[in-house]
Amino acid sequence: MTNESDHNSKDEQPDRRQFIKGASCVIGAVIGSVPMVAGVRVSLSPLVDKEAAESGAMLRLGDLGDLETGVPMKFAIVADKSDKWTRYKDVPVGAVYLVKQKEDAKEPVVAFNTVCPHLGCFVDYRKEETDFFCPCHDSNFALDGKLKNGVSPRGMDTLEVELRNTTEVWVKFQRFKANSKDKIAIS
Amino acid sequence: MQRLKQLYDWLDNRTGIKEHLREVLFETVPGGSRWRYVWGSTLTFTLMIQFITGIFLWMGYSASGQTSWESVYYIQEHMTGGHFLRGLHHWTAQVMTVLLVLHLMQVVIDGAYKAPREINFWFGIILLQLVLALSLTGYLLPWDQKGYWATKVATDIMGSTPIIGETMKQLVLGGADYGHHTLTRFFALHAGILPLSVIGLTVGHIYLFRRHGLTPKKPIKKADEYFWPEQVLKDAVACLAVLVTILVLHFAFNGAHLDAPADPSSAYPARPDWYFLFLFQFLKYFPGHWEVLGAVVLPGLAMTLVFLMPIIGKSERGHRFNVGLLFGILAFAGILTFVAVNADRNNPTYIASKEQAAREAAIVKELAENGIPPEGALALLQGPKLFAQHCASCHTYGGENGLGNSVEKPSAPDLKGFASREHLTELLHPERFESAKFFGNTAHAQKSKMHDFLNDEFDGINDDKDLRADMDLLIKAISAEAKLASQSKLDLEDREAIQKGRELFDEIGCIDCHALGGWNADDYSAPDLTGYGSRNWMLGIVNDPAHERFYGKKNDRMPAFGKDEKLTRRQMERLVDWLRGE
Ligand code: FES
Repeated sequence: MTNESDHNSKDEQPDRRQFIKGASCVIGAVIGSVPMVAGVRVSLSPLVDKEAAESGAMLRLGDLGDLETGVPMKFAIVADKSDKWTRYKDVPVGAVYLVKQKEDAKEPVVAFNTVCPHLGCFVDYRKEETDFFCPCHDSNFALDGKLKNGVSPRGMDTLEVELRNTTEVWVKFQRFKANSKDKIAIS
Repeated sequence: MQRLKQLYDWLDNRTGIKEHLREVLFETVPGGSRWRYVWGSTLTFTLMIQFITGIFLWMGYSASGQTSWESVYYIQEHMTGGHFLRGLHHWTAQVMTVLLVLHLMQVVIDGAYKAPREINFWFGIILLQLVLALSLTGYLLPWDQKGYWATKVATDIMGSTPIIGETMKQLVLGGADYGHHTLTRFFALHAGILPLSVIGLTVGHIYLFRRHGLTPKKPIKKADEYFWPEQVLKDAVACLAVLVTILVLHFAFNGAHLDAPADPSSAYPARPDWYFLFLFQFLKYFPGHWEVLGAVVLPGLAMTLVFLMPIIGKSERGHRFNVGLLFGILAFAGILTFVAVNADRNNPTYIASKEQAAREAAIVKELAENGIPPEGALALLQGPKLFAQHCASCHTYGGENGLGNSVEKPSAPDLKGFASREHLTELLHPERFESAKFFGNTAHAQKSKMHDFLNDEFDGINDDKDLRADMDLLIKAISAEAKLASQSKLDLEDREAIQKGRELFDEIGCIDCHALGGWNADDYSAPDLTGYGSRNWMLGIVNDPAHERFYGKKNDRMPAFGKDEKLTRRQMERLVDWLRGE
């Protein structure tokens, strides 16, 4: 069986041969990397091309009169949204629970994002048990949003609420980082 | 280095890679390396570029009637490196077509198709057709005007094939008409079936090539050499030259072209890509039911002859016939291409519609900057198109008809930036008010109350700072009524000035004719300025300008588009949204 040195042995100009080999490899590497780099660069777009995050504007959800004290009520968040090239008008982007507080409370209404702070499932309100319950990994929260078991790293995420014209409930809808102890807004 | 060698040994131990590499690299090249043997390698190289760039484009492409153009636009204009990636893919496809012809020429001239290499030749011819099919399918995917119309012609030709035509066309289109499934099918062909077939056949092609060895160019003058490294270097340099050509083309033409989105309602001169132009031109000589002859029969015959080359070429005379045939076909195609290009170049209608298409492409891309509605980018063009069709016989938009053409003798105000501060600053200037750009050619110019009012109250505004300040407040107040998205920040910041402007509106007597909040028919004789320029207000005036709330009896020639059912509600909305820059 032959091997490479045999092939070289009959060569009279080892330097030239060495150069040709080197040049072939270099050119091969260069021309191969052009399409590869061009492609990988575009695939990194999510890291490079930051889309303008929609700042959480205040949205009007309902009226104080619609709410029953101590009973969470679910409201869909309908807002404008852009997704890459598309700009949607008034589409559902999430939901919140509004809980009307007792007369003497500091905040008249508390709002929770319905997204579970554990890993992002949709948290249910259970009427019988009067609590919030996440069906994914059984996280359990009290009606004030506090943790009732140790699955989720933090309690339910509250949102900023404003009462306008004494009865209109306005909420600033935001999303938060999942599975972290601290509540970190991501939009 | 030692480590690397260890790793190599380890790998070899388990895969036998050394042996394979040796086989690949130490193939004998009879008569030594030559430049004329590089074409196969350059083709393999371009194929590789297409696979790589294609897969990455795939990550951003979305095949459907409302997202194809949009996603390609997004790749091209909004993703870092997207413009280059698409340019690379596009121009490599063009260069590949040329390389295919060169490779075929070299094979035929050198007689490399002769026994025992017939099957390999046939593989090559099928590969050629597959690559052309890739070009054809890829041309449609951006779903822009040129791809849409060219493909429409191509598939209609297919549909006119006797007996099986209509069935085949429906299968290709995924239905009776062009739509979502046309795109999904073309995409499956372009990114799935065809590339897989190409890979399979290329492997077979190269395997057979290796089995039979290279066909040396006679007479052999030099000693035999191994493939590695002399021929490899030549191949590498040739590939580099190909890549440089592609890059030069990309930069010279500023990447790949993207026309306006496919629009079945607009005139567009359909042309296939340049390498199919000769077929397109050829067809013109076969009118009526002779078309089948030009579209299917004769090209099919030529292809059959090419296919039979290995058999025809058994004798020396046959070989010469083959070479002659190939050059004949190429020369014929070349002449036809030239005729086609030349005809278009001297055709004013063609040039005009091309230019119009380019203007529309530029307009829609500019509008798409602010996001595209879910109905797709075509909806964005509806505003300017409706304007050009229904409004531009009187109004202008920035001096043009909305689609970038000039308007002859405009007789009504320019509507670009309607109700914006800039627009009002000009409109409410005593001298500009009655210029041709605004009310100069209407009944509202001379001798109208508005004319007199502006000239009384704001005479000498150019030199009087106080007058200018007052006008500024008024403009802010009136413009804020429009709630223009582009001005929302300014409106919020200038809340106080707007309030002052409203007070001034009452003080100096605008309110004597115009309402600003709380209009009623009895107290006001001039157009209601409550919500002036807002979506509702604009829809209202387009619907019926002669309504008491607007011009009433003083309406000067403007049609009631909604009331008289000249436009649908949806069309009016598109028009108004576009005018308001939404
Ligand atoms: S996501 Fe809710 S418990 Fe895990």
